[in-house]
Amino acid sequence: MVSQAFEEISPADFFYRNREIAGFTNPSRAIFAAIRELVENSLDASESAEVPPDVFVSLTLNEEGRPELETYKLRVEDNGSGITSRHIPSAFGQVLFGSKYKLKQARGTFGLGGTMAVLYGQITTHKPAYIVSSTGSTKVYIYRIMIDIQKNKPIILERRVLINKEEWRGTIIEFFLEGDYFRAMPKILEYLKQTALVNPYANITFVDPKGRLYRFTRVTTKMPLPPKETLPHPYGVDVETVKRLIRVTPNRNMTDFMKTHFHRVSEKIALKFLEFAAIPRGRNPKKMGPQEIVQLVRMIKSFEEFRPPSANCLSPLGKDLLKAGILKELKPEYTVVCQRKPSTYAGHPFIVETAIAYGGEIPKKGEFILYRFANRIPLLYDEASDVSFRAIKNMNWRRYKVSQDMPLAILVHICSTKIPYKTVGKEFIADRPEVKKEVLNGIREAARLLQRFLSKREHVEKEKHRLSVFSKYLPKIARFSTELAGRESQPDINKLLESVNTSEGTAKR
Amino acid sequence: MKEPRKDNNVSTSEKKDAATDLQSLGEGLYKQMEQGEFPWIKIPSRSTENIYYSPELRQYILGDRKVKRSARNIRHIRPFTQLVWTAFFAHKLSTQRKTSTLRDVYYSAQAYEMSFKDQSESDNIITDLETAIGSAREDFNIFPEERSAVFGDITIEYTVPGYEGRQMNLTSHPDGLMVGPALTYSEFVKTSADKVIAIEKGGLFTRFIEENVHKKHNALLVLTAGQAPRATRHFIHRLNKELELPVYILTDGDPWGMHIAMVIISGSANAAHVRDLTTPDAKWSGVWASDIVDYKLPSVPLTEIDIKRLHELQRDPRYKDDLWQREIKIFMKIRKKAEQEAFSRYGLTYIVDEYLPSKLEETK
Repeated sequence: MVSQAFEEISPADFFYRNREIAGFTNPSRAIFAAIRELVENSLDASESAEVPPDVFVSLTLNEEGRPELETYKLRVEDNGSGITSRHIPSAFGQVLFGSKYKLKQARGTFGLGGTMAVLYGQITTHKPAYIVSSTGSTKVYIYRIMIDIQKNKPIILERRVLINKEEWRGTIIEFFLEGDYFRAMPKILEYLKQTALVNPYANITFVDPKGRLYRFTRVTTKMPLPPKETLPHPYGVDVETVKRLIRVTPNRNMTDFMKTHFHRVSEKIALKFLEFAAIPRGRNPKKMGPQEIVQLVRMIKSFEEFRPPSANCLSPLGKDLLKAGILKELKPEYTVVCQRKPSTYAGHPFIVETAIAYGGEIPKKGEFILYRFANRIPLLYDEASDVSFRAIKNMNWRRYKVSQDMPLAILVHICSTKIPYKTVGKEFIADRPEVKKEVLNGIREAARLLQRFLSKREHVEKEKHRLSVFSKYLPKIARFSTELAGRESQPDINKLLESVNTSEGTAKR
Repeated sequence: MKEPRKDNNVSTSEKKDAATDLQSLGEGLYKQMEQGEFPWIKIPSRSTENIYYSPELRQYILGDRKVKRSARNIRHIRPFTQLVWTAFFAHKLSTQRKTSTLRDVYYSAQAYEMSFKDQSESDNIITDLETAIGSAREDFNIFPEERSAVFGDITIEYTVPGYEGRQMNLTSHPDGLMVGPALTYSEFVKTSADKVIAIEKGGLFTRFIEENVHKKHNALLVLTAGQAPRATRHFIHRLNKELELPVYILTDGDPWGMHIAMVIISGSANAAHVRDLTTPDAKWSGVWASDIVDYKLPSVPLTEIDIKRLHELQRDPRYKDDLWQREIKIFMKIRKKAEQEAFSRYGLTYIVDEYLPSKLEETK
């Protein structure tokens, strides 16, 4: 018999061993992922403080790096809500610690991003991370930390407190990491540009290792309404969630339990459901056995009368902001934007926003340019696997008088409390039928609006063309007819030309 | 010695008509514009539905259907302007007694900022103009590039500027004379010939001159150089009509050769709007499919395209006569074709000494 050694590994250890699933596959991808995670944390932090974000990113080459592989110093500053002193070490030094477990729309899916970047920096350079943060109180906290990977705990190397004279609020993080900026550069710049597009109220500044400054300036200070926190919807829960709810509930009967912990469950619905599930109303949830809990979840899923989740936990960008972002970053000649009504998949509400930008600085590529966004972050990799990409491919564009050789960019923004990503890398959205349908309808709606614009423009062009054709040829006909007839003076054709100008498309065969 | 019948003269009268017709076309358009109307004209339709074969005239003609071309229509105005310009240009050629080739017309247009996309566009407009005023382009002094020639004892008198009244015998140059504008416009004075032999290929034409076919058979020799140009068809028509000479045609023994003969005899659908190009009494004297068999000529197999062409010809109303139907069937049966040069197998003069006399007799 072979004896096997079992060991328990910490979440930090798990991600250390499997860092590719979080996007840290290779040096160029890692540097992109690190910037992306930290920028998104910063944007979230500013939005929860309800101030237009100011994000500053700088990447500098570290002199001590080995020549074959460069190491960089990455610094990200924001004007966000800041982190309370006692949470600072965990926020960046403990995997799966974060503020994103409650149900509301946020950019990340779990507290992996910031820490993952720091973890990656530590395992490639073995240097501590430096964090400065203040919630705008009288003090500013400075930490120097490393991560104990096996225990998934931060190690605090230094802690300092400064007086916050200027009432500064925000977070600064600075750490070292290995990477390949020059290969990652196109993606990073594209990422920042698209982020600026979908966050038109943010100032984003980036200084790259060559000292080049990239500045994306806000065009508005208006921000979308912040999302509200919400209870889980019955259709969205699993056995584990229900177990945890039971552990913390103060309720001692099932009616109250259903009403208190689930989204849009009223007394009436709760009673109806309990009757349907054949569970006594007075049953104490705390006393339910494992089998009972499994049965409860099964009944929840098969009960059809729960009301659909409300969308006020969502924060779509809105037509005006989407348009502003497109005009500012893509500079098209014309753009149409649409927002679909809220919909749900598996108990998760979502809203699809679409836009089509046409002409101007949008290049002709021979195929449509697709920009994908989820909860206001751009998705740059694995485009061909994305639900939007497939929707576009399957559409009959000829119906909308649109062809691939037009300078056209299509934008799809999905916001949800839970984006149906297919991988932890958060790069593309799965083919859920409900989501696909909304995306398709959204693109169709935008295409219809674009078609209206195009045909109006075509009409104007046609009229212009008509007039120019007539004013080119009529005088020649007059001139040659006159010479042919042997007449002295040409007939007056001005009235004919005027009639062309005023009449519309009356040409007959 | 034969002299032309004056009442059959088809050459000069039509030219004056063409110039007058062009002018009145301009006059009509001018008046329309003077009255505040978009200028327009009506011309016979040249679409295939309006082309009919006339058994009486033994050629294709246009039906009664007409199309209106109006400068009011944005799709018409460009070709309409081109048509008016071409009329203006042709009128100028006629009054100045100059000629121009189709290619010239294409380039001349550019001087008036009237450029055509390509020559086929300008050729097409010229055909429109022919249809509009009912005259062939040669009547308003526009010619294709010449490539065909004529040789034999006929005296002609030039009418072109600088040569008026000068006479010329067409045996004077042993390569033959090019059928160009000057010859087209010339008057026939007299001839000793009693027939016309039209020949498809230059080699045989030269052989016939060398072997004195014109003397031995009292013939005028016309080289068509492949499909006969319209000027040459018109010339053959005049020889037949004005001098009452019978016409015999010698081509290669294949469907394409047959059709060269047929176009001289009955014309083409493309020229359904023009008269005086056909010679309905002309005879196709060979090379027939049956000649390939009878003379045991060296031959090559017919290709797929040849066979396809034979099927087309079999259904063509111009080919309804027995001789044609018979020869088409023989071609299909033997699936072979032969060139005129195939007779060289029996020596260079065999075709002149043996084949030609017998075929002229046979098709008399």
